[in-house]
Amino acid sequence: MRFKTFAAFVAPSLFLMVLFIAAPLISVLWQSFYLTQQVFESVEVETCTPGFVEQNCVTEIKSRPVIGEDGKVVTETSFVGLESYRNLLQPAQTVAALAQGSLAELLKIDFWKALRFTLTFTLITLPLVIVVGLCIALAVNNAVRSIRGPVIFISLLPFIITPVIGALSIRWLFVGDGILTAAMEWYTGRDIAMFAQGWTIEILMLFYRVWHVAPFTFVIFYAGLQTVNQDTLESAIIDGASRFERLRFVVIPHLMPLIVFVALIHLMDAYRVFEEVVGFRSEAHVISLQYLTFDLLTPDDSGNRSISRASANSMLTMIGIVFLLIPLLMRTWRDHRGKAR
Amino acid sequence: MPLKTLALAGAFSLLATGAYAGCAYQNETPLKSLTAGFEAWKAVTDAMIECGNFEPELDQEFRTKQPAAFAATPSLYQIGGVSNGTITPLVNEGTIRALDDLVEMHGQQLRPNQLIRIDGSVMAVAMMVNTQHLQYREDILSDLGIAVPTTWDEVLTAAETIQAAGMVDYPIGATMKAGWNIAQDFVNMYLGFGGQFVNDDNTPAVNSEAGAKALEMMDKLTAYMDPEYLTSDSTYVQQQFQQGKIAISNLWASRAAAMDDPNESQVVGKVASAAAPTAMEGGPPATTLWWDGIVIAANISDEEAEAAFRLAMEGLDTEMVTAANDEAIWLVEGYQPGRLAEGAIATATASPSPAAYPSTTQMGLMHTALGNNLPDFFTGTKSAEETLASVEAEYLTAAREAGLVQ
Repeated sequence: MRFKTFAAFVAPSLFLMVLFIAAPLISVLWQSFYLTQQVFESVEVETCTPGFVEQNCVTEIKSRPVIGEDGKVVTETSFVGLESYRNLLQPAQTVAALAQGSLAELLKIDFWKALRFTLTFTLITLPLVIVVGLCIALAVNNAVRSIRGPVIFISLLPFIITPVIGALSIRWLFVGDGILTAAMEWYTGRDIAMFAQGWTIEILMLFYRVWHVAPFTFVIFYAGLQTVNQDTLESAIIDGASRFERLRFVVIPHLMPLIVFVALIHLMDAYRVFEEVVGFRSEAHVISLQYLTFDLLTPDDSGNRSISRASANSMLTMIGIVFLLIPLLMRTWRDHRGKAR
Repeated sequence: MPLKTLALAGAFSLLATGAYAGCAYQNETPLKSLTAGFEAWKAVTDAMIECGNFEPELDQEFRTKQPAAFAATPSLYQIGGVSNGTITPLVNEGTIRALDDLVEMHGQQLRPNQLIRIDGSVMAVAMMVNTQHLQYREDILSDLGIAVPTTWDEVLTAAETIQAAGMVDYPIGATMKAGWNIAQDFVNMYLGFGGQFVNDDNTPAVNSEAGAKALEMMDKLTAYMDPEYLTSDSTYVQQQFQQGKIAISNLWASRAAAMDDPNESQVVGKVASAAAPTAMEGGPPATTLWWDGIVIAANISDEEAEAAFRLAMEGLDTEMVTAANDEAIWLVEGYQPGRLAEGAIATATASPSPAAYPSTTQMGLMHTALGNNLPDFFTGTKSAEETLASVEAEYLTAAREAGLVQ
């Protein structure tokens, strides 16, 4: 292909990638090094609030932002270097906790607490999602042809549900005397509160994510199963390979590129875990890195928010994803290079 | 129930077009409002819809939208619904206008009590007060011969008796969901113990004796609560009450009417209210006073502002209050306090009286820091002192970032 043709084809997507991926990334990176502050002045203000019968007025010194001549609040932006990263990672406390060798101390810092959960969540759901998806795919592939359609349809349902709604539904099944908690209480004969401690909430979150994503991996693997070379399978049977050996030595190697693909997508998705935290109201017990960014970005009642720290946290989240993806990307690259030769 | 409210508001706005029956005049200027979504706002905006050309938006997340929407030129909404907690950013950024001349022209029926003056000028018109106060199952307390508790220590004793009698699942309910709710609960208790949130130089002051006492009391109360209390917000506590699962709670006055709603509640007529309990002898009820009211945007033409104010006055008139008397503790002329309003009124008129929620820029940061860190104490991750120290640390970081502390 001539370079000009190549450029004409690639340019539009390149342009969009710069506009929607590179530019926001650079802006977030920039914001994580700068801090925009309002300029405050201390003024004596009298504020009157209604009682039921008459008003209470209080005069007090309040810090109020200065409003400039253009009617907008005066702000100052200054370069703060790694200050926002320091505020997030709290190096002094982190080092102290590590010196004590105490994981509990380390997890008292929000960032590490969030990272701990995000990593556990990602690494536990990954194998589960792949195994469950593969099992459903194999089951459907071996099912009688006439029931395949309905089975595929039903298996796909969880994936269609909006994540937050799905999380809320699961919460409602278990919260308080929800029907599933009531069922468990009846079965075990003891009082169960699923949302009273961290580990039960974490189990529910893991369960929910696997339930939600397994249909996606199932569809991919099911498509892959249709292309398995039947001749190889038949010769394996003639050679006396058992069902498990056929799976282990024929089917899985064939599906390997798909497994890597699914793992890549799932790592990226799961590392951004957020809906579960909000849906299951787990903030008191576990938070994720994305939730931390969200929390820093949400303005409080007085309109304050920490954009710089939120940006720093986003950058750290992104760096985390890159680290997780490196082994898989290296594998893909090696395969690709191997094929090119 | 914001969805239902929204859907209803939508349905009503459709119904109301063309029929301006309940309104004294016909509004010609297209107007929009952004308010919270609870019943009182629905009553007010429904009354405003009757004048035509008006599109209300009822949204429980209004607080995150309002500052940005009002800072636009022209402002995206002419009328805003605020509380004393959420008016701060609007006043700070100068995006709402002084209402003195409009009050003079169209606000004859307003009581002086309704005019919210900040630095001498009227910035908002209040329509109702709200507070967290004691709501309890009258039948259970009288069956067990318990006097209505007036202090938190008495609440503990009462809870012990109710627990022993086994009449409900959990004697106490509380709005202790991690985040805003648990912070608000702490604010109530802390003020009840005479605490102070920040020093004059904006440095934090919660790691104090009052702070430790407040946490200790809250911790004692949790022993009588649903173990899932860290996920329980006002709606959840309201439902627990309605389903007869709890007997005592320090709950919002705006939730009281729901206890007598026969469509939702199994305890109609059984819930009564009293002043919020005090935390220490001779102290104020351990709660804060809130008001809700309307503001008018600054970035709109004077004509629009006048039309908006006139419409708002139509929404806040006696006719509306008569129709929706029990939905709130109204400040509007014509309000007849009902049975369920007794507790809120007793709270507001107590002596010494509870403080209004101290809404300032610092308090916004403090509320967030409290909401994020207090759960660690209740999950047992941190001790009371450690918890309060990390509240102070998070507050300081945020205050330095905001430029409040050098």
